[in-house]
Amino acid sequence: MAILQIILNGLTYGALLFVVASGFTLIFGLARVVNLSHGAFYMFGGYVGYSVCVWAQHLMQTRNSGLAWTAGVLAAGLAGALLALVLSWLLKAVKGELPQTLLTLGLAIMVGDICLWIWGGLPVTLAVPRALKSPVEFFGMMYPTYRLFIIVIAVAIAALLYFLLFWSQFGRLIRAGVDNREMVSALGVNIDRLFLSIFLLGGFLTGIAGAIGGSYLALSPGTGFQILTVALFVVIIGGLGSLLGSGVGALIVGLVDSFGRVYFSQFAIFLLSATVIAILGFRTQGLFGRKE
Amino acid sequence: MLSVEDIHVYYGSSHVLQGLSLEHAGGILGIMGRNGAGKTTLARSVMGLVPVKSGRIVVGGADTTNRPPFEIARRGIGYVPQGRQVFPSLTVMEHIEMVARPGRDGWNAERVLDLFPRLGERRKSHANLLSGGEQQMLAIARALLLNPALLLMDEPSEGLAPVVVDLLIDKFAELARTGLRILLIEQNLELTTALAEDILLLDNGRVEARTTASNLKADRQLLERFLGVSQRV
Repeated sequence: MAILQIILNGLTYGALLFVVASGFTLIFGLARVVNLSHGAFYMFGGYVGYSVCVWAQHLMQTRNSGLAWTAGVLAAGLAGALLALVLSWLLKAVKGELPQTLLTLGLAIMVGDICLWIWGGLPVTLAVPRALKSPVEFFGMMYPTYRLFIIVIAVAIAALLYFLLFWSQFGRLIRAGVDNREMVSALGVNIDRLFLSIFLLGGFLTGIAGAIGGSYLALSPGTGFQILTVALFVVIIGGLGSLLGSGVGALIVGLVDSFGRVYFSQFAIFLLSATVIAILGFRTQGLFGRKE
Repeated sequence: MLSVEDIHVYYGSSHVLQGLSLEHAGGILGIMGRNGAGKTTLARSVMGLVPVKSGRIVVGGADTTNRPPFEIARRGIGYVPQGRQVFPSLTVMEHIEMVARPGRDGWNAERVLDLFPRLGERRKSHANLLSGGEQQMLAIARALLLNPALLLMDEPSEGLAPVVVDLLIDKFAELARTGLRILLIEQNLELTTALAEDILLLDNGRVEARTTASNLKADRQLLERFLGVSQRV
């Protein structure tokens, strides 16, 4: 396989992981909850997006419609946000880090079973819009247009998040809240509302990622925990709570995974774990994480 | 403006505040006491940051006992916490923009930068790169931007050079002249007696004595009993 193609595959996967990990890291930063149901947000979002996409195609009597796909992606975002809303309610009832983390794990298992019940065990994939379906020529080789499109979306989301976090009042409050929640509240800011908005944003992004990823990687009952594992790799490498860390971590994981699959296909997962261990060896807080 | 009525606060099984009461009507009220006397717990209780088991806290006529901190802040208490607690990820200017409400009378970005010109010089610096004195100015500016009726300060002089403490004394006196009420929790005798007329002495989670600045400075017995022998006048 051409090296360029391996790199592009890595970048595509990394771009998708960035969208997932940014939601994860935002929720962790403010709520201090390691959300083990984050993969379930992705899967549930992806499945809802799939159904809405199928239903919209049916209404429009057409296949591979861009409109149906877009409707699916938006519905996926809403489904992710809905799950995040449910989780934020549940978390209010439980105190303490460990009980809260276990609660998120319980939610992940429940959502997984609900998905299995509704959508069955066979893998499904969203129908990619016609315009993005056929490959394009890219530096002398053919490459799926849709995958390049994922990179564009991830860059757009990264830019949007950057603006939101570093150039808006909302972002100032979020960053201050990640530093010191108590103090933000003592300055007259309704921390619960801030907390909820970050949950909704994180859930929305992850739901969207579910539909975008579900358009080229299939969705199946195991998807939630697969994505969770890889998202954890990303934030451990990048540093929990750091958006820049999610970006860099996602690229590293995406590229290592892509090279690993081609050159050491039997050891691809081992290679990822080894990368995580190597980075933790010299920076326990991850590349961009802060020491607690 | 602020009245604390017989509050009891526990950390786990330790009884930290044991029926503490105080009344702050106006001016600068000083609160002194040894480490562990309950000074910081008092500040945190007033701000709603620790649960109050029994008793009542009234701010501006409304019962705020165990209300969320943001409501208490909106009722007019500007909190300057112990250790300053500025946000390391935010620049000086971002701290100010975060709290300032443009178009309202009272404290705005311009006015706090007038009060502390040093903050203007460091407007683009991240708060963790500021000196202790600058961080303290920022913490005070941040509280003032809420346009509080009462400034609640927990050990503002902690860890600061004497020359910075002198600057703070001037600034606090200037603020008090504008009619701002100040509740000054301190261990620094010089700072407290320079500013506060009335001083409450805390011990074992209770107000054990009420005195005046001139009295306290003169009374060695009082000083030794409540502030420890290490204090020098």
